[in-house]
Amino acid sequence: MLRFIVRRLLQAVLVLFIVSLLLFTWLRKLPGGPIDAILGERATPETRAALRKTLGLDQSIPVQYLHFLNNAIHGNFGTSTQVQTGTDALDLFFQRLPATVELSVLALILAVITAIPLGYFAAKRHGGFLDTGSVVLSLVGVAVPVFFLGFVLKYFFSIEWHMLPPAGRQNPDLDATRITNFYVLDGLLTREYDAAWDALKHLILPAITLASVPFAVIFRITRASVLEVLNEDYVRTAESKGLSERIIRGRHVLHNALLPVVTTIGLQVGALLTGAVLTETVFGYPGLGDALAQAFRQRDYAVLQVLILAAALGYILVNLLVDVAYAIIDPRIRTR
Amino acid sequence: MTAPSPAPATTDTLLSVRDLTVEFGTKGQTPFRAVDGVSFDVRPGQTVGLVGESGCGKSVTSLAIMGLLPKRGNKVAGSATFDGTDLLTLDDREMRDRRGRDVAMIFQDPLSSLNPVVSIGVQVAEVLQRHRGMKKSAAMAESRDLLDKVGIPDPSRRLKEYPHQLSGGMRQRALIAMALACKPRLLIADEPTTALDVTIQAQILNLLKELVVDSGTALIMITHDLGVVAGLCDEVNVLYGGRIVETAPRHELFASPRHPYTNGLLGSIPRLDGARNEQLAAIPGSVADNIPWTSGCAFAPRCSRAIDVCRAETPSLEQDSVAIEDHLLRCHNPWPTGGEA
Ligand SMILES: Nc1ncnc2c1ncn2[C@@H]1O[C@H](COP(=O)(O)OP(=O)(O)OP(=O)(O)O)[C@@H](O)[C@H]1O
Ligand SMILES: [Mg+2]
Repeated sequence: MLRFIVRRLLQAVLVLFIVSLLLFTWLRKLPGGPIDAILGERATPETRAALRKTLGLDQSIPVQYLHFLNNAIHGNFGTSTQVQTGTDALDLFFQRLPATVELSVLALILAVITAIPLGYFAAKRHGGFLDTGSVVLSLVGVAVPVFFLGFVLKYFFSIEWHMLPPAGRQNPDLDATRITNFYVLDGLLTREYDAAWDALKHLILPAITLASVPFAVIFRITRASVLEVLNEDYVRTAESKGLSERIIRGRHVLHNALLPVVTTIGLQVGALLTGAVLTETVFGYPGLGDALAQAFRQRDYAVLQVLILAAALGYILVNLLVDVAYAIIDPRIRTR
Repeated sequence: MTAPSPAPATTDTLLSVRDLTVEFGTKGQTPFRAVDGVSFDVRPGQTVGLVGESGCGKSVTSLAIMGLLPKRGNKVAGSATFDGTDLLTLDDREMRDRRGRDVAMIFQDPLSSLNPVVSIGVQVAEVLQRHRGMKKSAAMAESRDLLDKVGIPDPSRRLKEYPHQLSGGMRQRALIAMALACKPRLLIADEPTTALDVTIQAQILNLLKELVVDSGTALIMITHDLGVVAGLCDEVNVLYGGRIVETAPRHELFASPRHPYTNGLLGSIPRLDGARNEQLAAIPGSVADNIPWTSGCAFAPRCSRAIDVCRAETPSLEQDSVAIEDHLLRCHNPWPTGGEA
């Protein structure tokens, strides 16, 4: 197991290197650039050239890349040019990280705790009302664009009915104490329960929006997988032993049926990152996705590089975690 | 239309199946009758064979008795009286209490019949925990003894292993341990050796025989192989197209098989003393050639002794006129006593 993890981490380093190379080149080939974004269209050629020199953009791309790589190894990923001008890109990443983690974790929890039971019961009552209904719901989940769902939810629940806040992470008037920058957690730790509740209210709509795609995917995989497992001989054996429905459901059906679901959840983390960009933009939620969208519009190279590399690393790590979890729940892999 | 039932169940009958009929089919379609008016008795400690080719309704019969048929898409009629209670009328909870405790079952394919992600020990122990109210640790200790009893070497180690780590024979032994864990009074074995190597088959059959004799468990042995029946069963029911075509005590059946189908099955048993180049007689055709029982004898299209009446009238199950013992037969033109294949 340890050798497996080490090998995967070495692979991760290689992947990150390749991603950084592609990303670096691609960004610099994009039309527009930080100079236009910072100075606007009408700056004189002299000012442009001066800024280009300050930013090091006058050198050839390979030279720039080696420079970047050398700095990166020493933990220096450059400075934000636009998103938060002058802030170290890595600092900016860590500032924004808790917001997105809080949102994604809540969205993933929402997706998992609704999709798995629903998938199970839909399969149990295959062809019934619940089954048909939830299949349609999951189709809607994948078919409706994330930003559209976000706008609709925001329109009704915030603008029309004033039930939930339309944007932000927390009401600044609360002046909440910060410890971890996970606002809900901070509220609980400091016993500022109103602050925790307010942060949670800000999370609900974005989390539902972000959960829609993973929900639909996890639901469909669970349903298909349970349908298959219910027909397995070992479920019949379990029934022939007169076991309780609870044991049959948990130990014999779900334990087997969730194996493919676990892998799917890992892959959904990728979708979550994409979804976060759209969701955070719609809800003006100050997380990584929001920063990424801004950085892209304004060609903030340093910020883009850090965020995309971090996303790739996060994706690799989560899937490594998923593989480890898989080995733990599937003895056929563990005992090979 | 249905055959007269055998003599009413006597008090020493453990299981009495009467006119068991199972139909499959979705609404609107003509239902398919997989089991049609099957009746037989099992006395305590007795071993009864249910024999027939693939598709003749053996598994459906046993699943119906166990209450394990799919919840939808089938209709079960008749009765299966176990110890005074008709199992077919029990609700889900009552049946769950009996399965694994009073009536247990083992299946054909030991690998697919075991949960791949749960250790052998837990799969045995869970029956004990469920029906005997044992705590996990006590149940595991008992499971170890059970594995030992069914002849699994090094049971303490095997307890912690998973199905893929065991050989086919050991897996079937583990399934037998689970089935017999709560000392059920009836065990249904649905082709327990079909998926195993020939050498292992005999071992498993001997083990089953030993265990049921020791514990006084009655056994319904389902097989397509009359050879298995010969070594094991007291009574034999031969099934064809969902109906019993011949029933007799083992000696009687082997001494004077009367139904042409039974003769055909006997002819396809390899004999150790048979001449080397002797061809195994197979019954020509397949179950697919069945005609429905309502328009004559279902076996007629494949039968070498079929006469006109066979295609016109459905034979009923009756006491064989020439036999001395109980011997039921459903045939218009049976082999004379001592008939040959
Ligand atoms: N769930 C089901 N739905 C529809 N038809 C079924 C179902 N289960 C069994 N049948 C049909 O019932 C008939 C009897 O099947 P059964 O499984 O009892 O045969 P069998 O005698 O056990 O044969 P085998 O030796 O192949 O196990 C077959 O024609 C089969 O197709
Ligand atoms: Mg069968």
